[in-house]
Formats: sequence, C-alpha cells, structure tokens
Amino acid sequence: MPIHVDIVSAEREIFSGTAEMVFAPAVLGEVGIAPGHTPLLTQLGPGEVRLKFEDGSEEGFYVSGGVLEVQPKVVTILSDTAERAEDLDEAAVLKAKEAAEAALHNQEGSIDYALARSELAETVAQIQTIQRLRRRAGGGRG
Amino acid sequence: MAAGKEIRTKIGSVKNTQKITKAMEMVAASKMRKAQDRMRSARPYADKMRNVVAHVAHANTEYKHPYLIDREVKRIGVIIVTTDRGLCGGLNGNLFRKALRQFQQWENEGKELDLSIIGNKGIAFFNRIGGNLIGSTNQIGDTPSLEDLIGTVGIMLDAYNDGKVDRVYIIYNTFVNSMTQSADIEQLVPLVPAETDDMSHHWDYIYESGTNDVMEQLLTRYIESLVYQSVVENIACEQAARMVAMKSASDNAGKLIDELQLVYNKARQAAITQELSEIVGGAAAV
Repeated sequence: MPIHVDIVSAEREIFSGTAEMVFAPAVLGEVGIAPGHTPLLTQLGPGEVRLKFEDGSEEGFYVSGGVLEVQPKVVTILSDTAERAEDLDEAAVLKAKEAAEAALHNQEGSIDYALARSELAETVAQIQTIQRLRRRAGGGRG
Repeated sequence: MAAGKEIRTKIGSVKNTQKITKAMEMVAASKMRKAQDRMRSARPYADKMRNVVAHVAHANTEYKHPYLIDREVKRIGVIIVTTDRGLCGGLNGNLFRKALRQFQQWENEGKELDLSIIGNKGIAFFNRIGGNLIGSTNQIGDTPSLEDLIGTVGIMLDAYNDGKVDRVYIIYNTFVNSMTQSADIEQLVPLVPAETDDMSHHWDYIYESGTNDVMEQLLTRYIESLVYQSVVENIACEQAARMVAMKSASDNAGKLIDELQLVYNKARQAAITQELSEIVGGAAAV
C-alpha cells in the first residue's frame, strides 16, 4: 500500500507520485513516514527528503526548510524556495522599507485625490483625442 | 521634389518605428506564454497550502492565530502590484483608478491607509499623488522569485502583528484572457477561511514542534505564496496588455505608411505634370 507524495514549492511542483516510505529532516530530527501514519504536522529544517519507491530505488530532494503534512494516505511537503531565517527575513523587510524611503520625495501622509483624478483623466483625454483625430483623418482621406 | 524627399524620410522613420513595435509585440507574446506557465506551476503549492491551513483552522479550535481573527478596522494596509515598465496600455491606469475609488471609500469611513508597493509605476504614481508608503520593491524582472517579495510582505505582516494595521488587502491585475485583464482587490489578512468539503469529522494533527510555530510558519508562507501568485499573474497581464498595445501600434504605423505613400505619389505626379506643362509651354513660346 503506497502513499501519495507531493513535494511543492511556491514556484513549482517538484515531485508528485507514490512511494513506499518517506524520510524528511524535521526540526527535531529525521522522521520516517510509512503508509497509514497518523496525521502529523511539523516544520522541516534544511536537509534531504528521501523517497523509497516500491521497487527499492531511492530518490533524494534537497529542501532548505518548509512544512511536512502527513495524512494516512497522503504526504505533502511544502518546501521553501530559499534559506529562511529570522534575521534574513528581517533584512528583507528593512530593504523594502529603505527602498520606500528612497523612492519618496513627497512623503505626505494623505493621498491627493484631486491630483490623482486629474492625472488619470488626462490620460483618458489623451487617448480619446487621438482616437478622434484618427477617425477624422481616416474619414477625410478615405 | 523637396517635399517628396521629406515624405520619403518620414516613411522611412515610421517604418523603423513599426519594426520596433512589431518586435516588442512578438517578445511580449512569448513572455506572456512563459508567465502563464509560471502562473500554472505556482498553483499546486497554493492549493496544497490552502488545504492544510483549512484543516488546521478547523481541527484546532483552542488556539486561534492572529491571522485568522477579525478585529475592528482602524487602519488598512494595502499591497499594490504594478508593473516596472510602461508601454502596456491602460493596465496600470485602470488599476490605480480602481484602487483610488476604494481608498476614498475607506477614507470616508474614517480608516487610514498604509501602502506597500511592488513595481516602479506604482512607486512613481504614489510619489506624485502622496500616500503613506511603508515599503516598496522594484525591478523584480520577468521571472520573479519569492525571495524578492519577502520584504514587501513582511513589512505588512509586521505592521499587522504590531497592531498598526488591522486588515491587509492586495490589489493586482487578474488574467482573464490575453485580451482582458481586470484589476482586483482581495483581502489577505485576516485570512478568509477556505471552504473544503470534508470538514464534518473532527481530527487533529500531532504537532511535533508546537502548534503556534507551525501555524505561524504555515500562515506566513501561505500569505507569501498568495502575493507571489498575484505578482506572477500581474506579469502575465503586463505582457498581454503590451502585446495588444504593440499590435495596435504596428497596425497604426501601417496605416500611416499607406497614407504617406499616397501623399508622396500625389506630390510626385504633380511635380511631373508641372514639369511637362512647363516644357510644353516653353516649346509653344519658341
């Protein structure tokens, strides 16, 4: 009785198929999942996920972290796409904040709706004028 | 034949422009297909994630994560997904119009806004009209990776965790088909629980590393994957819109060339006629 295994990352599907047994690097130590395992949810650390197939062959996938979900017949590994650590995430947040500050010369708290409307209306007016001109030119010469 | 030469130069320059717009059209078409593929390949993760989150949310009732709790809304965080480059028709303009209509409604209700923007066009727009920008990312390119977005999403989640915003929305373009894209506003946090079919029987997981930690990671990743999907979808929209815009530009250039050619021929004939009549007039005088 094989188990269905799905290994997915946010950017693509890495593996989908059946296996006899799954070994995964959980944060508290490696776990081995056989068919009929009780429902389990755990975080994964960086390491290798190994699948043992019915014919005895094995296949390994590197994951840098993620979540392992086990149900009696289905194992799902939600893999991270990159090394994730608290300080790395924090650095990314800081970078986004700095980018915002660098981009803004006009740091006003509130949105100037009148300006926005006039700017958007301008674009619409331009397009309409072009269309009108084109129609007239086409009609005159046709 | 001075006028004739001028018109010939003009035709040449329009032809050159047409070559460029044709090339851009074809590039956009192939990029659009690739972006659609990426959209599709990101779907399994989001689907699987949604199932797990729904299970956890239902199975585990004694602990509720903040991302699942609706609270009174005073401040709203909005992630706006725009393109980095222009020449893609009214894509960004439509998005801004829709966003501003919604913003004004929120402001009339007395809610304040914090913005986090992805893409140069959005940054430039809100730079001009104002708005409280707390985070931004640009130059994500045609093949964005999730890591590029961690900061923009993280800043909103941090603000939510600190109680600075009480709800987070995302605004992006959804890909209907290559001719149609529509701007959409969706609620990110608190998560709207997904309905799955088999929720009647109750069972819970064994949590190996603590419920809270697992939930925290799951929900954060889930939200990131939702944002990633919106960004990929927005890129597919950008390429589709650019393809259509460049196609109509090429068509217009073709029309313009035809018209100019006609004017050129008329001018040439007029010049020949004039020359002939001058010769004939000259001969008659002699």
